[in-house]
Amino acid sequence: MKKKQNKETEAREIISAKPDRLVDIYHERLSFFTPAGEVKALNDVSLSVKPGEILGIVGESGSGKSVTAYSLMGLTAYPGKLLGGDLWFNGHYVNDMTERDFCKMRGNEVSIIFQDPMTSLNPVYTIGNQIEEVIRLHTDKNRKQAKARALELLELVGINEPEKRLKQYPHELSGGMRQRVMIAIGLACEPKLLIADEPTTALDVTIQAQILELMMDLKKKLDMAIILITHDLGVVAGTCDRIAVMYAGQIVESGTTEEIFYHPSHEYTKGLIASIPKLHEEEHTRLVPIEGTPVDLLNPPKGCPFAPRCVNCMKVCLDRQPAFTEISDTHISKCWLLDKAKWEAERKAEN
Amino acid sequence: MEDKKLLEVEHLKQYFRVSGGKLFERRVVKAVDDVSFFINKGETLGLVGESGCGKTTTGRTILRLYEPTEGKIIYDGVDITHADMKPYRKKMQIVFQDPYASLDPRMTVGDIVGEAIDIHHLAASKEERRARIIELLSLVGLNSEHANRYPHEFSGGQRQRVGIARALAVNPEFIVCDEPISALDVSIQAQVVNMFEDLQDQLGLTYLFIAHNLSVVKHISNRIGVMYLGKLVELAEANELTFHSVHPYTRSLVSAIPIADPIKNRAAKRFVLQGDVPSPVNPPSGCRFRTRCPYADKCCEECEPEWKEVSPGHFVACHHIDKVQ
Repeated sequence: MKKKQNKETEAREIISAKPDRLVDIYHERLSFFTPAGEVKALNDVSLSVKPGEILGIVGESGSGKSVTAYSLMGLTAYPGKLLGGDLWFNGHYVNDMTERDFCKMRGNEVSIIFQDPMTSLNPVYTIGNQIEEVIRLHTDKNRKQAKARALELLELVGINEPEKRLKQYPHELSGGMRQRVMIAIGLACEPKLLIADEPTTALDVTIQAQILELMMDLKKKLDMAIILITHDLGVVAGTCDRIAVMYAGQIVESGTTEEIFYHPSHEYTKGLIASIPKLHEEEHTRLVPIEGTPVDLLNPPKGCPFAPRCVNCMKVCLDRQPAFTEISDTHISKCWLLDKAKWEAERKAEN
Repeated sequence: MEDKKLLEVEHLKQYFRVSGGKLFERRVVKAVDDVSFFINKGETLGLVGESGCGKTTTGRTILRLYEPTEGKIIYDGVDITHADMKPYRKKMQIVFQDPYASLDPRMTVGDIVGEAIDIHHLAASKEERRARIIELLSLVGLNSEHANRYPHEFSGGQRQRVGIARALAVNPEFIVCDEPISALDVSIQAQVVNMFEDLQDQLGLTYLFIAHNLSVVKHISNRIGVMYLGKLVELAEANELTFHSVHPYTRSLVSAIPIADPIKNRAAKRFVLQGDVPSPVNPPSGCRFRTRCPYADKCCEECEPEWKEVSPGHFVACHHIDKVQ
């Protein structure tokens, strides 16, 4: 209890010191204890989101991008356990929150849109029922007012004939429509933060364009922050203010969108950008893939997790984990190549 | 690439009977409706479209995995629409989308690749069979020790390589690649795309490359066909289709691809389509795209647009070609 109080005072200090932060994650470590062993899903992840900002988290499957966001909402699945770090959200110290606290927070201050709109809506309740549920739970609106608000929300997310849709079940709607309903549910209480976990991956390109346009539009209208989780560099390029690139449970590089795309400094980021085919180039250039296979998180390598696949791998990379190098105020990257001076000095000292 | 047609598809139709909303009611889904194209020897033809547009069905019908309802499939000058397929299985192969579901979990990788060799009696002895399997695995970037392992021991990219080795086992000339990379991670996709290109150079393969990702299709294909609700709406050389598309659907498809470059992405003019793809059970009359098309008028509702050649090798089915341009 005392510890909690200490943390709370600390919270106030941090918040007062950095009033411009909505999300602050410090050195988060999280593992899944599976029968096969400990899977280190997150290894020293730190990130922050300012109010009204769009942060993109990019990485391949298993890199820990969803786990980071879910842990912020207390949605870590069963064998997962938070092992260390401090998570702050909107003035709450997330580490000490109980399930009851989370219930008050989810859907109210923070909402989430999942990847697959086919499975994330309840098939036995009507659309109206599912939207009204959130409103009735978090506000003191009565049934009639909740229904009015649900109608308003459906109009906001661009669904035609909202009156009719309220009475329909999820299976009667198309994929794009269902994702719009998910967004409507997420926005019901005007949250400060919306987590969008691969919101367009399951959708067709023309529908993806609609949903992205809608999200950007709503962001402007409601001024909320968004964490956009995706593996598609194209999606983050057009939408995000800042990008964090994750690999093997670590953030390997983070910076503004321009910095990441035009001055990538981590070898993994460079590799990702080089490996996607460019639609708008007439000449046929061979793709430059990242060789090798993703890391096995059961037995992560001792040094830099990307070292086994890196073209510029050095001896030190296999041995020791690199630390963050500050490239600019907003741009940091975890790579020994940027820190050459430091390890050369150390090697000299050793000799 | 030669100027010799390896595969020709003429007015191919593939209808499926499905149960309707009411008891005993049967309806017909026109999954592929009157599609014609050809593929030259050594060429890659890309086929793009949204889910449910019939691109996979087209690929499978060409291999006679479904019996075509109507139309002709001509392979190397021979009509194979009703022929016995066994000799052609050696020439035409397929790589499936999902590398997790398309490999038998109880067979070793060696046996998965070797099964085709056994069926077609391509190896005279056990040693020859083993040597051939190892040769195939090394062709796709795996090594001999992988032959004794089971599919679950491999990552997605490696499994897709096994799927490709299996398709190559019979020395085919033509391979249908049915979304071979959409289930893979971004960093792995480029590896597999490069491998498809290398194999084509080495073995002189001809591909029908089916995918929903236009940038990948544009990268790998010589020509691209765009499908919408069971119909081919536009077909042209890859660069021509990306930069000088005519059909409004192709245009929206090209502009909907998010560009991985922040400045270009923000500057790009979007042509975002409204609405959803209609159900193929009950497609709109006339031009099937008219419900989402900004140029649609009465003419589009009444008659189906013709398949016209607007410039050499560039075919479009649209009533309003001049208006769009």
